[in-house]
Amino acid sequence: MASNTTYEHDVIVVGAGGAGLRAAIAAQEAGADVAIVSKLHPVRSHTGAAEGGINAAIREGDSWEDHAYDTMKGSDYLGDAPAIEALCRESPKETIQLEHWGMAFSREEDGTVSQRPFGGLSFPRTTYAGAETGHQLLHTMYEQVVKRGIEVYDEWHVMNLAVTDEDDPTDRSCHGVVGYEIRSGEIAGFRARDGVILATGGMGQVFDHTTNAVANTGDGVAMAYRAGVPMEDMEFIQFHPTTLPSTGVLISEGVRGEGGILYNGEGERFMFEHGYANNDGELASRDVVARAELTEVNEGRGIEDEYVHLDMRHLGEDRILDRLENILHLAEDFEGVDGLEEPMPVKPGQHYAMGGIETNEYGQTCVDGLYAVGECACASVHGANRLGGNALPELIVFGKLAGRHAAGEEFDEPEIETGKRGDHEDADFDAPVTLGEREPGSDAGPADASAAADGGEAVTDPDAVLEVAVDREIEHVEELLETDGVNHAEIRSAVQETMTANVNVFREEEGLKEALVDLREARDRYADVGVSDPSRTFNTDLLHTLETRNIIDIAEALTMGALARNEFRGAHWRKENQIRDDENWLKHTLISWNDGDPDLWYRPVILEGENKRYEPKVRSY
Amino acid sequence: MSTQVPQQTDETDAESEPDAEEEPSKGDLRREKKAKRAAEREREAEAAAESAAGENTRELKVFRFDPEVEGKQEPRFDEFHVPFEKGMTVLDALIYARDTYDSSLTFRHSCRQAVCGSDAMFVNGQQRLACKTQLSDLSEPVRIEPLPHADVRKDLVVDMQHFYDQMDAVEPFFDADELPEDELEEQRQSRANREKVKMSTRCIWCGACMSSCNIAAGDNQYLGPAALNKAYRFAMDEREGESRKQERLEIIEQEHGVWRCQTQFSCTEVCPKDIPLTEHIQELKREAVKNNLKFW
Repeated sequence: MASNTTYEHDVIVVGAGGAGLRAAIAAQEAGADVAIVSKLHPVRSHTGAAEGGINAAIREGDSWEDHAYDTMKGSDYLGDAPAIEALCRESPKETIQLEHWGMAFSREEDGTVSQRPFGGLSFPRTTYAGAETGHQLLHTMYEQVVKRGIEVYDEWHVMNLAVTDEDDPTDRSCHGVVGYEIRSGEIAGFRARDGVILATGGMGQVFDHTTNAVANTGDGVAMAYRAGVPMEDMEFIQFHPTTLPSTGVLISEGVRGEGGILYNGEGERFMFEHGYANNDGELASRDVVARAELTEVNEGRGIEDEYVHLDMRHLGEDRILDRLENILHLAEDFEGVDGLEEPMPVKPGQHYAMGGIETNEYGQTCVDGLYAVGECACASVHGANRLGGNALPELIVFGKLAGRHAAGEEFDEPEIETGKRGDHEDADFDAPVTLGEREPGSDAGPADASAAADGGEAVTDPDAVLEVAVDREIEHVEELLETDGVNHAEIRSAVQETMTANVNVFREEEGLKEALVDLREARDRYADVGVSDPSRTFNTDLLHTLETRNIIDIAEALTMGALARNEFRGAHWRKENQIRDDENWLKHTLISWNDGDPDLWYRPVILEGENKRYEPKVRSY
Repeated sequence: MSTQVPQQTDETDAESEPDAEEEPSKGDLRREKKAKRAAEREREAEAAAESAAGENTRELKVFRFDPEVEGKQEPRFDEFHVPFEKGMTVLDALIYARDTYDSSLTFRHSCRQAVCGSDAMFVNGQQRLACKTQLSDLSEPVRIEPLPHADVRKDLVVDMQHFYDQMDAVEPFFDADELPEDELEEQRQSRANREKVKMSTRCIWCGACMSSCNIAAGDNQYLGPAALNKAYRFAMDEREGESRKQERLEIIEQEHGVWRCQTQFSCTEVCPKDIPLTEHIQELKREAVKNNLKFW
């Protein structure tokens, strides 16, 4: 079982969705020997489920500045201008790069790439490939990885990072990762000479009604957190307004972009008739539409007290088949509804995490040699609410920047600070229960494989750091396999239940506190978790047990942020203070693991762009 | 959602104990607790099975095999009874069985919406995606096996390497003879041409087609429907150019290429994305013939 194998590369990319693949290609083009380590084979990544499109200002009459303005407004002024401007400036180039790699975009008569309107956009700038843009993007990029011969270790789950253990996380450095080969059970070190790039995607499995894949357990976020990298703005979770009620399968915003209409149980077009968004109606920002739907349901105007209707029949069969065909299949296969003949039932579902691993505009974290890109990262581009069509450009823009940076290309000094230094303030935060490790700082908890010292001398030699990390994981796995214990699935579903009940679209203090109590209990039960499958071969019982630990850590940080932020901004709504409170809250929430004793603090948002300042305005649609 | 476990009748444990600074017998306590848990779980599983037996349930017969676990080295079928709910898929049923009865039950799955291609299986004698197969469409008992014609790693998990190798063999990447010089200029494609390749780009690499193909079963070197469809996707894309197309036609015309296909349509029948695989292969054959006449 124990393995002495160590794989070695310049750059290790963890995760093989859009961001990871783009990062790997960029690093290789910049001259690095790069490898991808991924829990799933690349084409299985959840980027493939993205439907709507890629925002890019590529036409006359549009500009990256307008895209940046829309994005900042959509973020409810919690995005950092340097990151937003990087996204919008680079997106056109990166989108056309995909096109030059052969991506099957939908086309206009003249053969140019089609664009459509999306929520919160002042110009129809969402490029797309039917309602399967993510699938096309993922496969196009994987094709380029194959073309370049980039090494992929697929079905290798990364268990942890090899990070040095200085007291101050900003002094630490990352030298590789510990991987677990699902097929064989082998645990091996992956030494990264120049950098590790986390691109592990979403964390939707923290909730029980989500558009995310079963594999989206926030692994990268949790391991960076435990290694000392702050989590930023974790309370901001996007609930997508149109998911199928029984499964959480996503129905693209493209349906509304093409003209689809939302009706309540009384047949009213409520977005207008009840005044939720008098100008943009169905195409208001996602958070606005999600709250509107739930308000309708809560006030008794829902259908079966659960959902509303999304009707696209009036668009006509031709247009639907041309631009939204995939939606017909999804509605038919997963809800038994024929979208050509009847309206589709929809309700809000967890969709996207705006927050995540704190990074600057190049994807760098405060730990030297550790990067994060894509949904797992928080640069922050999306602030309090992500606009539809802004996730895919984030993958390719920041994937490319981080890949090049890790490969050693020179960049200007970043504008965005990382780590608990520079301009920041400590929070005054009271939790109803003890948070974090059961006994902070000790190693008595469930194999806390963080960067915390084991006592004794600090290890700084990169190979030794990796070896220590590998040994710790081997020991942890042996312990999990050794005896029977609580089935992780019980704990996971308890976490999902409380998160969905208490940390959903509408949040109040009492419920958030209750969630923290439930999470405390989940963490305590996890101390007794065990794996009953004794096999080393494809042991998904073990894999899911490891993931559940990540889910607990993330759920707790998310709930802490939601409890601390007593205001209503973007996707985060608080009963006790239903206004956007710029005076007190124009700042990011950050949570440091602090070796098992979570520490909450704040940093001001950066509204100063390259050429202008984005003044917070009332956000109406 | 789909992950359901029975409600825990919780006995007080960790949270009622003071978070002890000193726990001399921690290891013993832990083992004892684990043993208790194990017994409790067994009781729960039995109770769930009993109550399931009384309700509206579906019977699954699931293939089990593990090369290293005693009792599983000889392949066998295990029976599971899962409570039926409207809209329940084969994947939902498997997840229920795993989380409720046997956490060692192993199968790949991720997106739950027929786009990641992880969960192709042999269900009641046909290759299907578990996540988009409704239990209500199947006769009982629902027999679930790994994809035929592939090496079984464990339970429902097969080795996909051969499938990936065949995909790689057709140089599965866009590789245009010429590109616009300006990095912001699009390489235009007609709507008709995009329409022509559209279905071929829908492939999710699930392997159902390859598993269903008699020719692939008998000839391990045969590129197979998925790889040939991938070749079609590029050979028919007008943006790549003539020179690249020549190279592509050489690949698909090789000894174990298009000419092996005997148009049995089994691949087309099982494709969960409705890709007309056989037609694509036939069209490649015609292209190859046309091309050969050109040089004749």
